Amino acid sequence: MTAVVEVTGLTKTFGSLNAVDNVSFTVEQNKIYGLLGRNGAGKTTLMQLLTAQDFPTRGSIRVFGENPVETAKVLQNVCFIKESQKYPDDFQVKHVLKSAPWFFRNWDAEYAERLVHDFRLPANRRIKKLSRGQLSSVGVIVGLASRAPLTFFDEPYLGLDAVARQIFYDRLLEDYAEHPRTVILSTHLIDEVSNLLEHVLVIDEGRILLDEDAENVRGSATTVVGARTAVDTFVGRREVLHREGIGGLASVTIGALTPEERREAAAAGLELSPVSLQQLIVRKTNTSNQEFEQSA
Amino acid sequence: MDESRPIFVQIAEQIENDIISGALPEETQVPSTNEFAAFYRINPATAGKGVNLLVDAGVLYKKRGIGMFVAEGARAAIVANRLGQFQSEYVRPLVAEAAKLGITQAQLADMIKREGRQ
Repeated sequence: MTAVVEVTGLTKTFGSLNAVDNVSFTVEQNKIYGLLGRNGAGKTTLMQLLTAQDFPTRGSIRVFGENPVETAKVLQNVCFIKESQKYPDDFQVKHVLKSAPWFFRNWDAEYAERLVHDFRLPANRRIKKLSRGQLSSVGVIVGLASRAPLTFFDEPYLGLDAVARQIFYDRLLEDYAEHPRTVILSTHLIDEVSNLLEHVLVIDEGRILLDEDAENVRGSATTVVGARTAVDTFVGRREVLHREGIGGLASVTIGALTPEERREAAAAGLELSPVSLQQLIVRKTNTSNQEFEQSA
Repeated sequence: MDESRPIFVQIAEQIENDIISGALPEETQVPSTNEFAAFYRINPATAGKGVNLLVDAGVLYKKRGIGMFVAEGARAAIVANRLGQFQSEYVRPLVAEAAKLGITQAQLADMIKREGRQ
């Protein structure tokens, strides 16, 4: 596997805040990554550093093997769709599409036209007059039609309705299949995208909490529900990710179980339920760091 | 898709189901990995993993430059394999749930017979 991005010991501080805190990871070519985490976790800062829109305090970044800062041959292969992209005041939608090929060498104008139609975007309307959702679809269209070998989508669908989001997911998968490239998708709608992702990076308080194949994450936790005493007996000394209870009932999230252990739980009258990627991340980013390091 | 099990395993099972039902007859071409990915809205690498699982099991085979096909004898092999799992995946939970509700084995047998007649 070829690494498209290599990050070592990366730190970015704003005053006393470590927005990105001594982070190291690699991004492999032609995979779809999910960059997940809570608000203020450091996702956007990380993407700004990778796209040379901000500079690291410490550590090294290699994108396509080079330092991205002021490196044209790196940057013309990178597309970064931001949550709130600013455009020149008097720009219309069509001006955005006209100027895109100046920045993206693989720009496909015909494909962009089709997407404008799919998203029902008025090409002659001024950007300022667009609704929040329409503005988001402009970003999504630029991100898809740029076909950049490394594409970042930072929370690309603020205000997009369910239909438009589905169009985005479908087009992304289709176009990715035909034109494989590396995609880093940052979002809070984890349930919606979890099946699209091949790899998951979870960031919390500036640190990487999870760097794992999506398939390995799936099924890596189970919730055990039942009478408190039975649950406690079954859980025993296992690592507990999360615990809830009401009266005599307890619901405890623990790691993956073997088929043998599942039978044991069923025999004890306990209900087992899967934990979705979204629930898992909520549970992981909802506890203090110390508990984490034990459970990781 | 069910959250508790790997998606590629579920894709493989879905293709097997289509072979059992006859929707994908033996010696016919199956959809491409990308078509599976688009249809189930999953990552193409995941779909590819599911397809490869069946290639390794001899259920599907690759015709170079054309695509994937259902192997001869695939249906019988899948059915034989599923029969082995039937006891643990269907009968055991059925008996356990019946016991929980206080249904006797004779009552359970009656219920199965009645269901079979319909």
